[in-house]
Amino acid sequence: MTEATGGRLVRLAETVRQPIRFLLDGVERTALSGDTVLTAILTNVPALRQAEFGPERRAGFCLMGACQDCWIWQEQGPRLRACSTPVADGMRLQTRTREDWP
Amino acid sequence: MTEPRIVIVGAGPAGIRAAETLAAAGLRPTVIDEGAKAGGQIYRRPPDGFTRPPATLYGSQAEKAVALHGVFDGLAAAGRIVHLPRHSVAALADGTLHVVGDSGSRWIGYDRLILATGATDRLAPVPGWQAPGVYSLGAMQIALKAQGVAMGRRIVLAGSGPLLTLLATQLLKAGAQIAAVLDTAGMRGQIAAFPDLAVRPSFALQGLAMRARLGRLYHAGIGLEGIEATETGVTAVRWTDAGGRSRRTACDAVGLGWHLKAETQLADLAGCRFDYDATWSQWLPCADRMGRAGDGVYLAGDGLRLLGADGAEVAGRLAAAACLSDLGLPAPDTAADLKRLDRLERFARGIARAFPWPADQVRALSDDTVLCRCEGITAGSVRETAAYGGAEANRVKSLGRAGMGRCQGRYCQLAAAELIAVTGGLVHAGEVGRLRAQAPVRPMPIRALLEED
Repeated sequence: MTEATGGRLVRLAETVRQPIRFLLDGVERTALSGDTVLTAILTNVPALRQAEFGPERRAGFCLMGACQDCWIWQEQGPRLRACSTPVADGMRLQTRTREDWP
Repeated sequence: MTEPRIVIVGAGPAGIRAAETLAAAGLRPTVIDEGAKAGGQIYRRPPDGFTRPPATLYGSQAEKAVALHGVFDGLAAAGRIVHLPRHSVAALADGTLHVVGDSGSRWIGYDRLILATGATDRLAPVPGWQAPGVYSLGAMQIALKAQGVAMGRRIVLAGSGPLLTLLATQLLKAGAQIAAVLDTAGMRGQIAAFPDLAVRPSFALQGLAMRARLGRLYHAGIGLEGIEATETGVTAVRWTDAGGRSRRTACDAVGLGWHLKAETQLADLAGCRFDYDATWSQWLPCADRMGRAGDGVYLAGDGLRLLGADGAEVAGRLAAAACLSDLGLPAPDTAADLKRLDRLERFARGIARAFPWPADQVRALSDDTVLCRCEGITAGSVRETAAYGGAEANRVKSLGRAGMGRCQGRYCQLAAAELIAVTGGLVHAGEVGRLRAQAPVRPMPIRALLEED
């Protein structure tokens, strides 16, 4: 997964909104106010996380809080469900668990 | 007499009409909903600051959406209902709900409970569907409606049901690129169901008009062979057309769905009985025509019968009327709604027959196909487990983990049942039994169990 592949999502409407800055795996990214965390991440990169039970990356599935495919990490610890959490300025999000956790 | 505590779970069309009916009788129900604003999935509203008008968001159904939003917001603003947005019911027992929100959890007691929990997409596994870039059709519609985004640059939609055609036209209209619309339902079955569909002529005609707009993008009677992907995501869908020719369509996103699956976990925990419904090819809770499911529990909307949004409005009013009359309170006349319900059910069963669950496609899945997206359990593993441990859904779950993952079987249960049935020499998937719901029906942080609001 490289920077050059860019995001998966395409914005078709509602593009005039307040920009929001957040960190994704330590890299500063931008999103728009009103984006879910899922939208914010997937307009920047193609996937949300690594699957635990297979070799593939994951990018969400149901977007209605039913499949639980889109849980990701925050630097300070607690996980969040990306499809149903609004992105907020200054969020520090991670697509992988921290390796220094016990 | 102290006022009865009535809780409604879900603020889609059914929950909103139930709340309205109860409030009109002078009661003050509590409405618990996972959404930030009422409307449900079908009439979901974008966050504040979004500007597309209802006509853009909801098309021909805009008036209904606006009416429902207005009714609910009015009741909430006037304090005639208690609205708990962004809250999930994780469990229930002995007349108490365990409710989880952003700030923690709490227990809410009830005398009467109206469950209007709606539905999810009904999914059939396709080889490769675990790849990033594969979404449910409902997910793609939510993304468009509530976020203004397409889930890819070049999209293939596949499956069957009303949403397949509707979503394709909505995405095209919004400027997305659709590479193909692949319907596993053949034209013959669709035409055979037409007499039932014609009981709602305007809906049937709208469907035909949308189909016409898709033109050569739409293919009926296809077979889905697999989804190709690299590490970064989907690259193509392989399929066979109605004439049996192999086709391959390049894309970077795939939407999958076969109509709807009732969301029934809470009804199960509440002790409702279930029957396997052969038309809708799934287990559905039992209730009388009003939605009475026994023990002070009422069911309404797609979580009871998959009648769609209009049917949900009717069912919400009926469940509330039943609740009122069971409490010995004056209830509105339901004769007209009961008649409407019959007509809507005839139409919905016609839809279910026209766009059936693809049982044969599922039964033919190769052993290496991932059946459970949560934990990567393969079709072969489910077959092996059923052969080893017996052809019963809960045994296969216990021994082989299909249905044990974090979605709790919502997206693999029906497909697993097909494989278990074949392995056990049973005729239909209903014979393998139903996965019992397990609390919590949504994941919740340990913190929520330790701290209470």
